[in-house]
Amino acid sequence: IFLMRKALDRPPRRAHEVSQSAFAFLFSELIQYSQTRVNTVEELQAKLEDAGVGIGRRVLELACLREKSSRRETRVLGILQFIHSTLWKMLFGNSADSLEKSVEHDDEFMIIERAPMVNAFISGAPCNCAAFVAGIVRGVLDGAQFPAHVSAHEHEDNRTVILIKFAAEVMEREKRQA
Amino acid sequence: MPSLLSLYINNKAGGLIFHRDFSSAAAKLDINEHLTLASTFNGLAMIMRQLSPVPGSSGMELLEADSFVLQSFDTVTGLKFFVTAEPESKHLDAVLKDVYMLYSDYVLKNPFYELDMPIHCERFIQKLMKLADDYNKRG
Repeated sequence: IFLMRKALDRPPRRAHEVSQSAFAFLFSELIQYSQTRVNTVEELQAKLEDAGVGIGRRVLELACLREKSSRRETRVLGILQFIHSTLWKMLFGNSADSLEKSVEHDDEFMIIERAPMVNAFISGAPCNCAAFVAGIVRGVLDGAQFPAHVSAHEHEDNRTVILIKFAAEVMEREKRQA
Repeated sequence: MPSLLSLYINNKAGGLIFHRDFSSAAAKLDINEHLTLASTFNGLAMIMRQLSPVPGSSGMELLEADSFVLQSFDTVTGLKFFVTAEPESKHLDAVLKDVYMLYSDYVLKNPFYELDMPIHCERFIQKLMKLADDYNKRG
C-alpha cells in the first residue's frame, strides 16, 4: 500500500518501479510474519492469499486510472485479458506467459507463469508462495464484479498455474450477454 | 584447466553452515571432520591476523600449498566464505564474491531459511553448481 501511495504521487511514466531486492525482503518478512500466526500449511497459504486480495482491489483502481480508458470490462474474456497483460505488466514488467481455458470446466480459466517473480528467491517452501499472486488476482476480479475462486498450483519444471473458477452468477451473466 | 575443489561457509560463531565439493579430487572427509576443520579455520584466521608482519592486516586471504590453494573472504557481517582449488587457479576472489552474491539472493531472501543455520536452499545450491561448472570450464 505504501508502494501504491508513492506511485500515485509521480506522473504516470515508467518511474514507478521498485527494486526486486526490496520487494523480495519485504515479501520474505511478510511470509515469516504470517508463519508465526498460523498453525498449518493451508492456513499459511490462505493468509498469503488474503494479503494479496487487498492489494488486488487497490491495484485495479490504479490500473484503471493509469489506463485512462473509460471502458469497464463486462465480459469474462475482457477482464481475463486485462489481468493477463495490463495488470501483469504493471506488477511484474511483462505479460503473463499464457492464458488458457479449461477443457473440462466451462467456468475455469488458467493464467500460466513459468517463473513467478515473487518466488524468485524462495526454495524449499512448504507451500506455494504464488498464493499471494492468486490473492491479487482474486482481489482484482472481486473489484471488477467477477467473483471467483482463485488458487495457485505448482507443476514440475517450475510452472505455476493460477486457476480461476468463476462463480455461477458470473457465468449466467456471461450467457445472457452472449 | 585448474578446477575448484570445495567451498565452505562459516557463520559468525565459526560453525560450518555450508559445504560442497565440486570435484572428485576434493578431500574425502566425513561430516564431523568437515565441521571440526571448518571451525578450526576461524581460530586459525584470527591467529594469522595477530601474527602478521604487516601492521593492520585483515587476516588470511590466500593460502598456497603444494597440492592446493585456499582463498578466504570475510563479510562485514562476520561470515567466512572459503574455497579450495587446484594450484594455479585464478580469480578465486571473484568466485567468492559471486558466491556471496548468490548467498545474499537465494539464502537471505528465502523466508524459510533461519539465519546462522545450515543452508539447504535448493536454488542456492543449483546456482552454485552452475557457477562452479562455468568456472571449471573457463578457468
